[in-house]
Amino acid sequence: MTLDLSLLPDGGVNWLDASGDHSGIVLSTRVRLARNLEGFAFPGRARDGERLRILARVREAVESSPHLRRNLLVRVDELGSDDRLLLHERHLISKELAGLDQQHPVRSGAAVFLGDGIGVMVNEEDHLRLQTLRSGFNLADAFADMQRIDEELGERIPFAFHEEFGFLTSCPTNTGTGLRASALIHLPGLVLTKEINKTLAGLQQIGFTYRGLYGEGSEVVGNFFQISNQTTLGRSEEEIVDKLLQVLSTVIAREEEARRVLLRDAGYIIEDKLWRAYGTLRYARSLTFDEAMNFLSGVRLAVGLKLITGLSVYTLNKLLIFSQAAHLSHAEGRPLSESEANLARARYVRQALAAEVGT
Amino acid sequence: MLCDSCKERDAVVQVTQVTDPPVRQLNLCEKCAAERGIETHSAMPKQPLADFIQAVQQKQLLAGSESWRCTFCNSTLRDFRNTSRLGCAYCYGAFEVKLRDLLRGVHGTSKHQGKRYHPPAQAMEEGASVATELRTRLRRAVEQEQFEEAAKLRDQLKVME
Repeated sequence: MTLDLSLLPDGGVNWLDASGDHSGIVLSTRVRLARNLEGFAFPGRARDGERLRILARVREAVESSPHLRRNLLVRVDELGSDDRLLLHERHLISKELAGLDQQHPVRSGAAVFLGDGIGVMVNEEDHLRLQTLRSGFNLADAFADMQRIDEELGERIPFAFHEEFGFLTSCPTNTGTGLRASALIHLPGLVLTKEINKTLAGLQQIGFTYRGLYGEGSEVVGNFFQISNQTTLGRSEEEIVDKLLQVLSTVIAREEEARRVLLRDAGYIIEDKLWRAYGTLRYARSLTFDEAMNFLSGVRLAVGLKLITGLSVYTLNKLLIFSQAAHLSHAEGRPLSESEANLARARYVRQALAAEVGT
Repeated sequence: MLCDSCKERDAVVQVTQVTDPPVRQLNLCEKCAAERGIETHSAMPKQPLADFIQAVQQKQLLAGSESWRCTFCNSTLRDFRNTSRLGCAYCYGAFEVKLRDLLRGVHGTSKHQGKRYHPPAQAMEEGASVATELRTRLRRAVEQEQFEEAAKLRDQLKVME
C-alpha cells in the first residue's frame, strides 16, 4: 500500500494553520480517548485474526457514522517504515501504532481513519484511540468533536465499561474516562527567564504533566511542551477539560509576562540572540533537526515579540513538521542519509523563508 | 490503617503532634487532617505514573498473587508486572482486588466519575453469549471442584453484569 496524503484535506495538517486562539504560543490542542471493544483481548494480547476482526468491526461502525464516514482508511500495517514515520511526524499516528518503538513492532490490523482534524487509530495500545486535533488554543471545539465521535462509535460497537472503574483500558493509567486532553505549547520566555521548572513543578502538583513534541516518552525540543492531564479517573470529562483550560490560560499568561520581562530587562541581548537564530536559518547550508528546532523556536519568539515582521506563524508551523527526516525524504523522493537530510533541511528552510519574506 | 481521630475512614497521612506533650504520632484520614489544616494531597499523587510503575516493579501491589490468571485471555499478574499492560477487559474482574488498590495508587481513587455508558442493544446480545459461555465454564468448574477457577469466572461474570 502506498500512502497518498493528498487525499486528505490539506494533507492532514490543517491543524498547523494558526487559526485558533493564541496560535503564536499554542501550536495545537488535542483530545484523545482510549476505548476497547467488549469481548476481545487488548491488541497487545490479541491474535492476528482477532485484530483483523476488530478492524472490520470498527470499519463498519466508521462507515455508518455521520462524522466519520468520510475519513480515509490507512492500513498502517501495509505501509513501509518511511510512510509510517511520515504519519507519525505529522502527528497523525502515535509511535506505537507506527511500529517505530522497538518494544512494539507494527501489528497486523494496525490502521487509522484520517479526517479533517479527527483520527481513529485502531489496534494501538487499546483497540481504539480517538483523537481530535485543533489549531491553536481551542480545547472546547476539540472536546465537542470528540464527544460526537465517541457517541457515534459507542452506539455502534460495544465498549468495555465497568460500573466502578469506568472505561477499561490496557494500561491502568488510562482507565476511567480514557481521556487525555493536551496542548502543544511554546514556552521560550519561561525557559529563558528560568521560570520553567517552577511552572512545570506547579503543574505536576495539581495533576497535570508535560511531555515533548511527540507526546509520551519524547524529549522536549525547541521549547515545545505538551501539557496534559495526568490522571483519568475520579473526575468527569468536563472537569478534566475545564481544569486544563484554566491551567493553560495561566501558563499562557505567565509566558506572556516572561516575554515582557525579557524585552524590558534584556532587550538587546534577546534581540541579538533571536536575529542570530533567524540569520542562521536564512543562510546555513546544513542543519541538524535539533538545531533547526532551536533556531525556529528563536524565530517564533521574535515573531511573537514583533521583532521580525512579515513572517507568518503558519509558515513557522509548517517548517516544524516538514523539516523532519521522513518529510525531507518524501519531498526528495528517496531515502536520505543523516548528512544528506541536514543539507536538505537547510535548503528547505532557506527556501521557505525566502519565499515568505523575499530575498 | 484507620484514622486515629474518627476511627472510621482510612488514614492517609501521618502527623507528629508536638503541641501537647508527650510527642505522639497520629494517623489521620483526609477529612480529619483537613479539619486540622493539614494538606494531604492524597487524592492527587504527585508522580502517579512513576509511582505506579515503581509499585508494579517492586511488586508491592502484586506480592503473592503473581500467578493469578485471567480465564478469558490467559494472562497472569506476572505478565502485567512485566509489561505494565493488561491482557483484556476481563482482567479487571480477574484481578479486581489488586487493580482497585493500584488504581487508587495511580489516580487517587478507583471510582469513575465521568460519562456512564450503556452498550448498544445488539451488542448486549453478543455480550450475553460471552456470559453464557462463562456460566457454562463456571458450572463445569464447580462440578469438577475447581473452586479457584470458579471464583475467577464468577468475578468475570460480575464485571459483565
